[in-house]
Amino acid sequence: MVDPRTAVINERMKEVARIIAVSSGKGGVGKSLMASTLALTLAKKGCKVGLFDLDFTSPSTHVILGIRDAKPKEDKGLVPAKVYGMEYMSIIHYSGDRATPLRGADFSNALIELLSITKWGKLDFLVIDMPPGIGDATLDLIRLIKNTEFIIVTTPSQLAFETVRKLASLLKELKIQIVGIVENMKMTSNKNVQQQTQKLGLDFLGTIPYDPEVEEAIGDADKLIETAFAKEVQQIALKI
Amino acid sequence: MHEWALAEAVIAAASQIAEKEGLKEVTEVKVRIGELQQIERDIFYFALRQLKPAKFEKSKFDVETEKGRLKCRACGKEWPFNKNKLDKDSAEAIHFIPEIAHTYIKCPKCGSPDFEIIEGRGVWLQSIKGVK
Repeated sequence: MVDPRTAVINERMKEVARIIAVSSGKGGVGKSLMASTLALTLAKKGCKVGLFDLDFTSPSTHVILGIRDAKPKEDKGLVPAKVYGMEYMSIIHYSGDRATPLRGADFSNALIELLSITKWGKLDFLVIDMPPGIGDATLDLIRLIKNTEFIIVTTPSQLAFETVRKLASLLKELKIQIVGIVENMKMTSNKNVQQQTQKLGLDFLGTIPYDPEVEEAIGDADKLIETAFAKEVQQIALKI
Repeated sequence: MHEWALAEAVIAAASQIAEKEGLKEVTEVKVRIGELQQIERDIFYFALRQLKPAKFEKSKFDVETEKGRLKCRACGKEWPFNKNKLDKDSAEAIHFIPEIAHTYIKCPKCGSPDFEIIEGRGVWLQSIKGVK
């Protein structure tokens, strides 16, 4: 028996110019904020952008952007919800605010289902908010969508960077494109992460200082895009 | 209407297999659909007929539904999937993403959401027959 869904995934993605997965080895480093703000930034620049929240068990881009009632439409598949000029897809359209506990095989099945039925259309960028680590989401994305590129987010912490190093080495081994590494929540002037990124032979996309105002902007996309955090993301967007 | 998207997947996969096996004409395509998908069979058949390429012109599409069966990982209880026990919105959510069952269904014995969908999930291309 053959699962036919995977046969149509590349067809669904054929009009998407670049697929950028915002990833990290650790949770809590700002991946979802980065992915949401990057997608908003690119959309505001006039690009056609999609944002796909792949953190099925802990989705948060809808909270960051204050998305409440937007729903995908059915038209020979699912047409993503339209929010802030972007195409938006998240499991929360179906789970609401309830917990969705998924084991690995269930995660993979849900991902394959969404990739095979979602019609993204023509996009300049599809930004994907990844769950942390090098588990099912990373492996499935690499397996199913061949031209995915990764932006890796870390904090200045050696604990975070150690997991980033593992993620980067896996991606390099698999010959997956890494756009670069972003250092978030910077509170000192040391250049450890920048130097270690260069040692890995990767591009350092920039430093984002810790911005206490971001928390106040959660749920309000217009406010978020005006924060110091977003201004730094705008500079990073110029490099991708 | 996401039946259409799944029918597209079936046609794409069947076409790939036909190509690989050097079939000039496909005469039969057997598909198994899990009950959790809650597919509208008429729409699915209609989509298959509309989407089929020339090689499939005379093909028969045989679509069988596999009953849903769930098994609790916590206590081992097995039970059948029953759409009628769900409200409309929950059933619709499971229709789009069957794994959303873990959001809306709990083990009837111990209440755990940690269960396995042992039967009745997915769309499967069972076999294709044709002429070389």
